[in-house]
Amino acid sequence: MILGPIGFTAPWLLLALAALPILWLILRAVPPAPVRRMFPGVVLLLGLRDDDSVTDRTPWWLLLLRMLAAAAIIIGLAGPVLNPEEKSAGTDRGPLLIALDASWASARDWAAQRELLDGMLAEAGRKSRPVAILRLNDPETPVFQAAEAWRSRLTGLEPDAWVAAPDMIETAISGLGDDTFETRWFSDGLAHDGRDVLLDAFEARGPVSIYESPRPVLALAPAQVSEGLIQLSAHRARTAGIRDILVEAHGRDPSGVPRVLASLPLQFAENALEVQGDLSLPAELRARLTHFEIAGQRHAGAVSLTDDSLKRREVALIAGREDREGLELLSPLHYLEQALQPTADILDGALIDVLPANPDVIVLADVATLSGAEQSALLEWTQKGGMLLRFAGPRLAASDISRDTEAPLMPVRLRVGGRMVGGAMSWGEPKALAPFSEDSPFHRLAIPRDVTVSAQVMAQPDPTLADRVIAQLSDGTPLVTRKRIGEGQVVLFHVTANAEWSSLPLSGLFVQMLERLAVSSALTAPEAKDLEGTIWKPVQVLDGFGKLSDAATLPGVSGDRLVAAALGPDLRPGIYDGPDRRLARNVIPADPTLTPTSWPARLPVTGLTRPVEAPLGGWLLALSLVLLMADILASLGLSGRLMPARATRAAVIVLGGLMLLPDAGKAQDEKAQLATSEVVLAHILTGDAALDEAARAGLFGLGQTLFFRTSVEPVDPIGINLESDELAFYPLLYWPITPDQPTPSAEAYTKLNTYLRTGGMILFDTRDANIAGFGASSPNGIKLKQLAASLDIPPLERLPDDHVLTRTFYLLQDFPGRHSGRPVWVEAAPPDAEKIEGMPFRNLNDGVTPVVIGGNDWASAWAMDERLNPIYPVGRGFAGERQRELAYRFGINLVMHVLTGNYKSDQVHVPALLQRLGQ
Amino acid sequence: MNQPVPLRSRAEAEAARLPSLLARAEHLAGTVLLGEHGRRRSGLGDDFWQYRPVQPGDSRRTIDWRRSARSDMQFVRQREWQIAQSVMLWVDSAASMRFASEPDLPQKSDRARLLALAVSILLVRGGERVGMTGQSLPPGRGEPQLRRLTEALGHDGADDYAAPDTNGLMSHGRALFISDFMGDIDPVRTALTEAADRGIQGIMLQILDPAEEAFPYRGRTIFESVGGTLAHETLKASELRDRYLERLASRKDELSALTLATGWQYHCHHTSQSAQSALMWLYGAFERGRFR
Repeated sequence: MILGPIGFTAPWLLLALAALPILWLILRAVPPAPVRRMFPGVVLLLGLRDDDSVTDRTPWWLLLLRMLAAAAIIIGLAGPVLNPEEKSAGTDRGPLLIALDASWASARDWAAQRELLDGMLAEAGRKSRPVAILRLNDPETPVFQAAEAWRSRLTGLEPDAWVAAPDMIETAISGLGDDTFETRWFSDGLAHDGRDVLLDAFEARGPVSIYESPRPVLALAPAQVSEGLIQLSAHRARTAGIRDILVEAHGRDPSGVPRVLASLPLQFAENALEVQGDLSLPAELRARLTHFEIAGQRHAGAVSLTDDSLKRREVALIAGREDREGLELLSPLHYLEQALQPTADILDGALIDVLPANPDVIVLADVATLSGAEQSALLEWTQKGGMLLRFAGPRLAASDISRDTEAPLMPVRLRVGGRMVGGAMSWGEPKALAPFSEDSPFHRLAIPRDVTVSAQVMAQPDPTLADRVIAQLSDGTPLVTRKRIGEGQVVLFHVTANAEWSSLPLSGLFVQMLERLAVSSALTAPEAKDLEGTIWKPVQVLDGFGKLSDAATLPGVSGDRLVAAALGPDLRPGIYDGPDRRLARNVIPADPTLTPTSWPARLPVTGLTRPVEAPLGGWLLALSLVLLMADILASLGLSGRLMPARATRAAVIVLGGLMLLPDAGKAQDEKAQLATSEVVLAHILTGDAALDEAARAGLFGLGQTLFFRTSVEPVDPIGINLESDELAFYPLLYWPITPDQPTPSAEAYTKLNTYLRTGGMILFDTRDANIAGFGASSPNGIKLKQLAASLDIPPLERLPDDHVLTRTFYLLQDFPGRHSGRPVWVEAAPPDAEKIEGMPFRNLNDGVTPVVIGGNDWASAWAMDERLNPIYPVGRGFAGERQRELAYRFGINLVMHVLTGNYKSDQVHVPALLQRLGQ
Repeated sequence: MNQPVPLRSRAEAEAARLPSLLARAEHLAGTVLLGEHGRRRSGLGDDFWQYRPVQPGDSRRTIDWRRSARSDMQFVRQREWQIAQSVMLWVDSAASMRFASEPDLPQKSDRARLLALAVSILLVRGGERVGMTGQSLPPGRGEPQLRRLTEALGHDGADDYAAPDTNGLMSHGRALFISDFMGDIDPVRTALTEAADRGIQGIMLQILDPAEEAFPYRGRTIFESVGGTLAHETLKASELRDRYLERLASRKDELSALTLATGWQYHCHHTSQSAQSALMWLYGAFERGRFR
């Protein structure tokens, strides 16, 4: 059953909606259940009657809520579906052929295409139609089989980076057979050769429908270099208004991570099929480019790989003699610079400095001797693929290099002295160049008549000489020789790089020769005939989506095919490695024309989108759950069980608990909150449970005593973990010493020192009655020394009789704990504190002593249980009780000292104190 | 004897409550001593009350010779406690007192005991004798009496509501009744008139929970007494509020009128208020009663 855009899978269930009014009546008749409440004032309620009986009926809005929930359940169970799949007309019976272009152009909407295909296969499976899928890129004889079998292979179906060649289409047609079937053709939107023939073949066998994405195809042509700029041109198949695109230049950053190095926004004009733009990049970045890509287009046509032709070569020029000022034309490097300037980057500098930059070419003009380090570094660089270009000259001729044995960095041995021909003092004519032989890299270069050589260095005849000569004079003497070293080569021009010995540097031939030697990189795309007979090895290839993948398993490709042949399974777009350079073969040729498809009007062409079937049952059931939840809250509220304040508080507590549950810092925060809202005495946790309990009980007892006797009303004491707790909140830390407690970490010591410097006080208690005397060798004393070693503790002295601790609250002269009469140590008084005549005490420290050290085990003397009874015995009989009392008084004085500082040192108190002291 | 362990542990648990009640009461009482009424009257620490001429029957030991030597007459140093009165307490221990509407509020009985004990401490320190009605504790003074009072206050009654017990009230003595006075009013009236007949002056302190004062209930509810003997069902609790408050007010008026007629003093205290304010009032009420 279908109502508008919604269909139902189980429409009969909707009949249950008729039962809703009955449910309304039933619910209306039942009042909410009562709450039982304890209430002493019930006596006063006895005999009170209710005025009316309205609330025994459920209010209408609550009923409505419940009705809606029930209706949502019923409708949800009836299985509503938004946009149910339409039943197609009855024409589609019999086998179904699905033809896929599956080229790079269809990669742009591959996901949608695959989804549509999946739906189509599912439908065919429901109707048990046999299905065959024909990929025109890789045609096979179509095999009709169950749709489910195809469906399982759907995920492996991916577009290729090439388009179907005419021979492939022929193969496809020949495999179609004579049976009739329906054809659905997923087109990529581009017209290819042989398409009409194929369409005719399909139509001869049954109805044909076309599926094609309406999104326009964009393509990026290979980048061209002109005058130092990179020219990029993008193309599209149809004019579809103004469109902005962004071309990104991808490459590796200095650390080798692929990223976008630059981007170039382009805009197609209203009726333009092509747009061009120039990108200017520094040579450094240009050398690292890997490919250009139109942003957001995920197909191989929008990717253009770059090869060596984009790179400007880096050439290092090194001359053997200092340039003389004003003699530029005589400089050995002048003509080289002129020849290389437009096309290459020239590096200057000493050889050793230049080598780490790894230039492509190093030119040594008339450099004879190299130091050992230079020679080995240069050799290593050459072996790794560098090209060393040497020029002869007076120095080379005069030196003994490569005389008897061949030097590693020279292609040939040289004879002494060289020769001069055609000079004023010689008989011969200057020699011209002989035509280049076929195996020379300079083959077919035209030789101008006016190029003559009047002086040169001579090569020593050797067995290998003939192989190494790549250019010679008309009399057969070598002019240019070459030797390969590892992956690199050494080339020697037997003349100078300036015009002293020959007119070669003045001619255009010189530049062409440098080009042929790949010294300058004016490398244009090679012609097919140039590459005949070479084999190129694929390094990386593009798939249909424009992703590069490793191509180590693919066979090599011959050079002429690489340049000229159409792409296909055996010639994939990608990067190819050749004898001395890399070539990129792109999907899009240099000057592409993208022709859109034009289908005959009789064929139905549909896009790739279709309305998605959306079952609504789950949503409706969830809605009913939400409504029932609301009903619970409403019922509770109505019956008075939902006390607003308490419910809010409970909700806040629950929510807060949920939020804080994984938070380990909650306890910390509570501690901090407690410590900052009240006065809290704290003790350091030693890890010894009994000792920690004693310390806690002691501080509890002291706290109770303070509570009853003074206006200081501390709350229960807190144990402090030095590693994790904040210390700043506690005025006083009690630190009992035990020999086996752990030494705090460095961070904890930092905290402790900050605490001591900012006015905190630590009471160290060795608890051993100082049996061995302070600082001596009792275990606790030793441990105290260890613990305090890293603490910022000022000089100490025995607590003097006039210390403010003796009079902050009680007047004390003795500071017993469980043990009595042992000295207590505090911060030493300043040495200049002097007793003033008539004053009972000196004006001592201005602040609070940061530490108090003793061994009287005060905590045990203070300790109280919950009923305020002392826990540990102190002394004997009344004297013991007196000692305990004095211990409490010491504790009170201590806390008062911490909280009031040197208040009692003030001279204002002197008269009162004198009176109390009876003086 | 059969189960000494539970008995002992129960006894200890029971005993543990007492010192805390005593301590809290002492702390509460301590705040009053520091206050307005602290040293206006002579107490035990300053035991002099007045000199009066020697009368026949006075023991010679009581003669203050230093004072007598300054004149021709002989004087007796009279101490304040010698005219001390007996104050009898009645604290409602019925089930209705064991109610607190919020978990962070004290129960009414807890507040009642705290106030009774605190005022006892003050009275004992002032030299009065304090006891409990119902023949449970005759009046006495001193620390031991305070401990006995603490113990006597710890008993819970089983009934839902209780009426003042006038047994053991001493004629021309003083009395303090603490209850919520939620039960039947007639026994209260009887007890009060009887006490007034015997010349007893006293104080009635009504302790109520804030929920009893505000009646914040809504919806269909069955109200039950704490003991469970009484129940009342309503369909709409919020409708009852006004009439309940009316009845409560009339109950208060009745109590107030009763105390006015008998020369007693009446105060209503809520557990949400601080115990100290009630203690101040009680202390002041005893002071006022004394001057009468």
